[in-house]
Amino acid sequence: MQEAKLETEFDPTILAFCCNWCSYAGADLAGTSRFEYPTNVKVIRVMCSGRLDPTFVLSAFRWGADGVLITGCHPGDCHYVQGNYMMERRFGFLKEALGHLGIEPERLRLEWVSAGEGEKFAALVRDATQKIKLLGPNPLKKV
Amino acid sequence: MEEEEPRIGVFICHCGVNIGGVVNVPEVVKYARTLPNVTYAEDNIYTCSEAGLTSIKNAVKEHKLNRVIVASCTPRTHEPLFRSACREAGLNHYLFEMANIREQCSWVHAHQHERATEKAKGLVRMSTARAAWLEPQDEPELEIKDTALVIGGGISGMTSALSIANQGFKVYLVEKEPELGGNLRRLHKLYPTMQDTSEILDPAIKAVNANDKIETLTSTTVSDVTGYVGNFKVTLAKGTEKRDVDVGTIIVACGAVNYTPPKGLHQYGVFPHVVTQLEMDELLRNGKIEKPPERVVMIQCVGARKGEIRAVDLAGFPKSDTARLLSKILKAKKEEGWPYCSKICCMNAIKNAILVKDKFPETDVIILYGDVRVYKEYEDFYSRARECQVKFIKHIEEVTPEITQESEGKLTVTAYDALSGQEISLPCDWVVLSTPMIPHKEEVILARMLKIPISSDGFLMEAHVKLRPVDTQMDGIFLAGVASGPKDVPESIVSAKAAAARAGTLMANKKMRTEALTSVVDEEECFGCGLCEEICTYGAHYLENGKSHTIAALCRGCGACAAECPRRAIAMQHFTDDQVLAQIKAGLTEEL
Repeated sequence: MQEAKLETEFDPTILAFCCNWCSYAGADLAGTSRFEYPTNVKVIRVMCSGRLDPTFVLSAFRWGADGVLITGCHPGDCHYVQGNYMMERRFGFLKEALGHLGIEPERLRLEWVSAGEGEKFAALVRDATQKIKLLGPNPLKKV
Repeated sequence: MEEEEPRIGVFICHCGVNIGGVVNVPEVVKYARTLPNVTYAEDNIYTCSEAGLTSIKNAVKEHKLNRVIVASCTPRTHEPLFRSACREAGLNHYLFEMANIREQCSWVHAHQHERATEKAKGLVRMSTARAAWLEPQDEPELEIKDTALVIGGGISGMTSALSIANQGFKVYLVEKEPELGGNLRRLHKLYPTMQDTSEILDPAIKAVNANDKIETLTSTTVSDVTGYVGNFKVTLAKGTEKRDVDVGTIIVACGAVNYTPPKGLHQYGVFPHVVTQLEMDELLRNGKIEKPPERVVMIQCVGARKGEIRAVDLAGFPKSDTARLLSKILKAKKEEGWPYCSKICCMNAIKNAILVKDKFPETDVIILYGDVRVYKEYEDFYSRARECQVKFIKHIEEVTPEITQESEGKLTVTAYDALSGQEISLPCDWVVLSTPMIPHKEEVILARMLKIPISSDGFLMEAHVKLRPVDTQMDGIFLAGVASGPKDVPESIVSAKAAAARAGTLMANKKMRTEALTSVVDEEECFGCGLCEEICTYGAHYLENGKSHTIAALCRGCGACAAECPRRAIAMQHFTDDQVLAQIKAGLTEEL
């Protein structure tokens, strides 16, 4: 029933970048704990959120992502000491750039998820999927 | 290899019913066969079983596979196993890739079979796209110097130093105070055996002094550390005197300090008979309490299990570094308290309660607690306190007990009994505050020099809280004792010996291979702006003749330089732009 109902509404495609040490492990914990969440999010593993080149995010939107989640270790917990701060800095101007490109900045989110926060990861995916459903498809797809 | 067309083998695991019960595995196999560069695909009941691994090895030979993908569980647990199967089949293990269709698919979409199958296909497609760009890597081999440095001459540092020396390696043991001993110097008796601290401390100090493999340097601090695993260059400072030593491994046993409540908290520093447990220990040791007190009241969790550390560090913290983080936490925590349970305070309070009872059997001893946390054999210790009439009263912690003073040594504690909900008024002679172990300031400087992250509690962070508890994120640097968080003496000794064993393993092998996850600069493209040198936490980049170079042994593989480089001249091996972009594209479109 639920699956049939979902097909009628907008079904977004979302990519999540997770760092190997905290948030990817948090996503794994959501699995080990069997916390269910929507299937719309696919995870790409990088060693550190600091690895995220802004072009990765822009390319994702160019290729039709309806939303992009960036997750990393909590401030102070970065495995590489300060990679997450570097990402946070880029995040500010990425959001601004998206606005100029006509893509709602809310489609991009940066959240801190520790290896122990499986529930937080699951909740984040649920919330992001819901919010992006309300936003509708990535406007670039119409171009 | 670069000239060769990718020939990818895909192995999709049912994991019994863990994946197969949700995802239609045969359908994913069928789909995988349609993907570009996929030469071979099969499903396995358990790919990680002996049969599954043999199947991978055979397929590599039979189908001349030059890439292997396993779609199963998380690479965080099983990648090493599959990588070694690839190696055994003669395939460089950097040509292996995993798709996580269990933790991140079947287990989280248990009631959405069709959609989970579609997602699994997507994850396999993304992995094949990435795999096509994978390149074989050589893992560099490093020489390991057979000398160790131990920072901190407390019980942990001394234990580590002795253990390494007994393995036959030379050790420099550095202590900032004029004498060895650390925190135990201030303690009188140890729980649960009630033996004198000196019974443990004195033999350790003697053994250290008698060991000719250990060079003890007191009143000495570490002023600089450069280099990498196996080849650290350490500058030691004694006053203005400096000295350089070369070591292969480093053990950090810098200890912790006791939290001193701010003046006025529970009237500490205002009424002379309000003291900390450590001060009570000293008073008892020195026989400063002559008149038998009528009553002693102890208050637990003073400055512990309070406050919310996340709220402090999240506020406006974009570009900061470790030092700023910790000094900010320390400042806030002074007033607010620390969020964690310091683990030792319950037993410490019980110990002092028993000591008071031993000396003054008529004295009434009351422990006001929120929770009493005694574990393993310490339960007996708690029972012993109850047997000698120590009273435990659970009070409502949210209401700070009020302390008033009639005259010196005539105090009244007013608190709320959690069970009756009634206000209780306890006239007493002494109020003793149980305060947590907290990180000390020198730790920040060390953390920065050694490039070790600090956890949100402010202690030095281990590489993995469960699997690598004495390793740090930096190869060749290990943690012993309370530097990584509160521990009692036996636990400190366990961690000190563990750290020594880890360091000894490295030095005994004389050589080690490091992961090939390092950055590589394309000199043609580099225009020498120096941004990578500026941002690298590890000092792995340097400019020479207007071009950047990577010191592979220093690079930890975070990839921040590759992301920041304005010319895209830096490749982060195994996570190159091409590899990540291919994965992104495959996650969003059907075209590869």
